[in-house]
Amino acid sequence: MEPKELLKIENLTTYFDTWAGIVKAVDGVSLEVREGETLGLVGESGSGKSVTALSILRIVPRPGKIINGRIIYKGENLLEKTESDMQKIRGKEIAYIFQDPATSLNPVFNIANQLIEVITRHQNVTKKEALEKAIELFKLVEIADPEIKIWNYPHQLSGGMKQRIAVARALSCQPSLLLADEPTTALDVTIQAQILDLLKNLKQKLRMAMILITHDMGVVAGVADRITVLYAGRVCESASTRTIFRNPLHPYTRALLEAVPSLALKREKLKVIPGAIPNLIELPSGCRFNPRCEFAKQGICTTKIPELEEIEPDHYVACVRAREIEAESRFRSLSQ
Amino acid sequence: MSGDTVLEVKNLVKHFPITSRGVLMKKQVGIVHAVDGVSFSVKRGETFGLVGETGCGKTTTARAILFLDPPTSGEIYFDGKEVSRVFRSKNKAAILKLRRKMQYIFQNPYASLDPRMTVADIIMEPLLIHRHVSKEKWYDRLYELLRLVGLEEYHAERYPHEFSGGQRQRICIARALAVEPELLIADEPVASLDVSVRAQILNLLQELQQKFKITYLYISHDLSTVRHICHRIAVMYLGKFVEIADTDDLFESPLHPYTQALISSIPVPDPDAKTKRTRLPGEVPSPINPPAGCRFQPRCIYSKEHNCVENAPELFDVGHGHLVACEKACN
Repeated sequence: MEPKELLKIENLTTYFDTWAGIVKAVDGVSLEVREGETLGLVGESGSGKSVTALSILRIVPRPGKIINGRIIYKGENLLEKTESDMQKIRGKEIAYIFQDPATSLNPVFNIANQLIEVITRHQNVTKKEALEKAIELFKLVEIADPEIKIWNYPHQLSGGMKQRIAVARALSCQPSLLLADEPTTALDVTIQAQILDLLKNLKQKLRMAMILITHDMGVVAGVADRITVLYAGRVCESASTRTIFRNPLHPYTRALLEAVPSLALKREKLKVIPGAIPNLIELPSGCRFNPRCEFAKQGICTTKIPELEEIEPDHYVACVRAREIEAESRFRSLSQ
Repeated sequence: MSGDTVLEVKNLVKHFPITSRGVLMKKQVGIVHAVDGVSFSVKRGETFGLVGETGCGKTTTARAILFLDPPTSGEIYFDGKEVSRVFRSKNKAAILKLRRKMQYIFQNPYASLDPRMTVADIIMEPLLIHRHVSKEKWYDRLYELLRLVGLEEYHAERYPHEFSGGQRQRICIARALAVEPELLIADEPVASLDVSVRAQILNLLQELQQKFKITYLYISHDLSTVRHICHRIAVMYLGKFVEIADTDDLFESPLHPYTQALISSIPVPDPDAKTKRTRLPGEVPSPINPPAGCRFQPRCIYSKEHNCVENAPELFDVGHGHLVACEKACN
């Protein structure tokens, strides 16, 4: 049986109206998350990963505004809900882990307070019961001496420990969907490995779905079931993790994979994506990647904004030349 | 000392005192053992990598070498000359001469460029200070440097805020190259850049090395870029070196348990990669009270079999210039 759809975003458009012009941070993003799966949302800075996630919870900071689109969560459009309904969803149904654990915890309250606040807010329990639950959560995220550590303040804890607490806080109300926004970027590799393992295990244990936002292809490869690649506010490619790594069809995805230095490969020249990420106020016309794309064709790519197309079953690509690239890569693999 | 060694560091120590305000004067209440006796040498034209996690002393080592934070003790030789004697001599001309040979690229190009100076001012400031190029040729040199790092002449009159992160790092590299240094210390030069831009900067660094035979001391926590760019690598943990080896040697047969764990923690961009990861329990201890004996011992899976708490291991050559500081690996 096909797993059920938990979240479906259609044509989400979030703009920031600044003095310099309209920043098109998210411009028609569509994606879906199925129950119990991990979707990797990959892209560079400014690609709209975080703004997409913030839009789901409708906590886009000002002057950002959701202009258009639908966010269907469990059959209901979140964009039509009232603010008080949204408050019941935030933290309870959909939880968020922020990038930097040092700033996402409140420095003037101890950890116990911060966890109890979330638990009593969404569940009908007394403070004492909430504290017990909080200690349970500490055990869940594998923190030693939970009874002592829970009374600490954030500054007394290390970065890895703080991120564990952020995970504990996000999981406190058993959400169905966890939005993890670069949860390991601020951490060291050995600690990153610990946190990624923890997230993977907990996701299985609690049967929740997760959107993992990252710019690190290595992180998504190990954790995500499916991957959606964003570039300058639009989806380039969306497919299963294996397909993205084995048969990427969008030129950006391909270039991104080739630009990452690999541990397995020896020293040689890295493949370079020329230029830089476009300015989100004055976007290039047509396909947003066309000025940096090696496959770009004058006339087609510079005039037409490509729509997401299903090239293979469950493999969506937004590139006019995707079919040609596919044929070419098939030819190359045959001739080898 | 062989003639092609550019930099030699012997037993470098850098301690930072922790003071609390007493009644009349400051009281020293502790010491941060940031760097605790590291020794290494860098050959001319090679890229020497310094790898480790946050707080292990990579940057402090680099800053101590340049006397940006004068070292507590230890000897640093540059081209066979004692660096500390020159820096402590207060002979300004000699200091300047030495500074010209060693340049630094900082981690964050958003913080290391003065926002009120134009690119031309930034790149020509070293020329103004060192005066190794005659005044008439300043602009020629400026444009030459800009072209060298892949920027255009018209960029010279712009301000740093008009550039992207990758371009800013190019400006920093141009500034460092302005004085024709022999040694370039690159402190996480690509850590704050986007993935697609990182490759550009790494390739640029490699091209410049080939062109000018510059020696790099490359500091990073990102092992995959280090593998790409470095010839030799030293792995640091809590102020000490645990392993030094040629890049391929280090990645193919890491000997120290910390290096092994570090390499296996790197997420591999391949969904079918076999994950036989060795997970490190716990976190890096505080450098204020480093553990007794081997500093890695509280997190090490082999520490129970050996006398790691009592004996602090020294770097030991196991052959082919592969040095490792571990009881188990040496036996």
